[in-house]
Amino acid sequence: MHEMSLCEGIIEIAEEQASIQNYSRVKSIRLEIGKLSCAEPEAMSFAFDAVSKGTIADGARLDIDRVPGSGWCAECQKEIEIGQRYDACPLCEHYPLEIRAGDAMRIKDMEVE
Amino acid sequence: MCTVCGCGEDDKHNHEHPHDHDHHHDHEHHDHSHAHSHDHDYSKGEAGVHVAGLSQARLISIEQDILAKNNQYADANRRYFAERGILALNLVSSPGAGKTTLLTKTIEALNGTFPISVIEGDQQTANDAERIRATGVKAVQINTGKGCHLDGHMVGHAIGDLRPEEKSLLFIENVGNLVCPAAFDLGEAHKVVILSVTEGEDKPLKYPDMFHAADLMILNKTDLLPYLDFDLKSCIAYARRVNPGIKILQLSATSGEGMKQWLAWIRAARELSLIGME
Repeated sequence: MHEMSLCEGIIEIAEEQASIQNYSRVKSIRLEIGKLSCAEPEAMSFAFDAVSKGTIADGARLDIDRVPGSGWCAECQKEIEIGQRYDACPLCEHYPLEIRAGDAMRIKDMEVE
Repeated sequence: MCTVCGCGEDDKHNHEHPHDHDHHHDHEHHDHSHAHSHDHDYSKGEAGVHVAGLSQARLISIEQDILAKNNQYADANRRYFAERGILALNLVSSPGAGKTTLLTKTIEALNGTFPISVIEGDQQTANDAERIRATGVKAVQINTGKGCHLDGHMVGHAIGDLRPEEKSLLFIENVGNLVCPAAFDLGEAHKVVILSVTEGEDKPLKYPDMFHAADLMILNKTDLLPYLDFDLKSCIAYARRVNPGIKILQLSATSGEGMKQWLAWIRAARELSLIGME
């Protein structure tokens, strides 16, 4: 369950930012998790609750925005929504598509005080 | 607790030797540059206008990769390897695909041509590190406990213990798992994924992230092919579908088939890592 480690990474970033951006509590964290990335949102929420206990983000709300996967088809010269990294182009069945979006996992912003 | 980085994570590591000597943990990962773009001047800016005791809930932009911390550790490891001309290979597979046997055979075949050291990752036991040490090379075991993968930080510590020699080859045998290790960069030059033919040929499609992240796929245990229903052609096609650039080698650590090509690949990769070294 690598979501646990990913959440530890989030907490580390939140704690590192605390002295830089001058805050003592994190109220909410907004993530962007691509549908082609290796993280499951449900597992992230579960792991975050466990990992954030006793940290600066204890009790913080985790908001997760899903980013759809999208790939570029060199044949059709089009960007197309895909559900899997290895999906073929639904129009011409060409693959591989060049992944353009949906494989990232980012912390967007945080509500702090 | 580690006196260099103060991370207090010694319980994650199995150092396997008495701590009665100076540790030269080359923890360069503490002076890394940060990926974020904001001002690091502690004395000015928002801090200057903050009124203590007054609640000021506000939204701050972070815009960082969730793996940013791991990537910083991995970058420090990569820099360490580059400066010393060390070729680091991250071996990944499911449990039981034959990583450790392949490693011991590889070490024997290279027969001291150049120095080799090994970082062994497992949830529990030091069995694999012992198997490696029996071949005469340096090995350090990392027990991840509940953890399902090695990360850049753990490997940074292991390098500090192991102190791989200049121009050497470092194998990092990851925890047997085709899911989690895909996302965690360790600073290696290449991920090498080992798939045994006793597994399903559709593994590349079932675990696309790993096959996408690897530069080389070793199809291991090919001596068993006559006894199995394994569809070799489809397996190779699936791997290329996920990663068109992946190199594929068929190998049997037991019969020795394919070992020559594998050693040639290692030597070629090592030549590249030596470029710029005196």
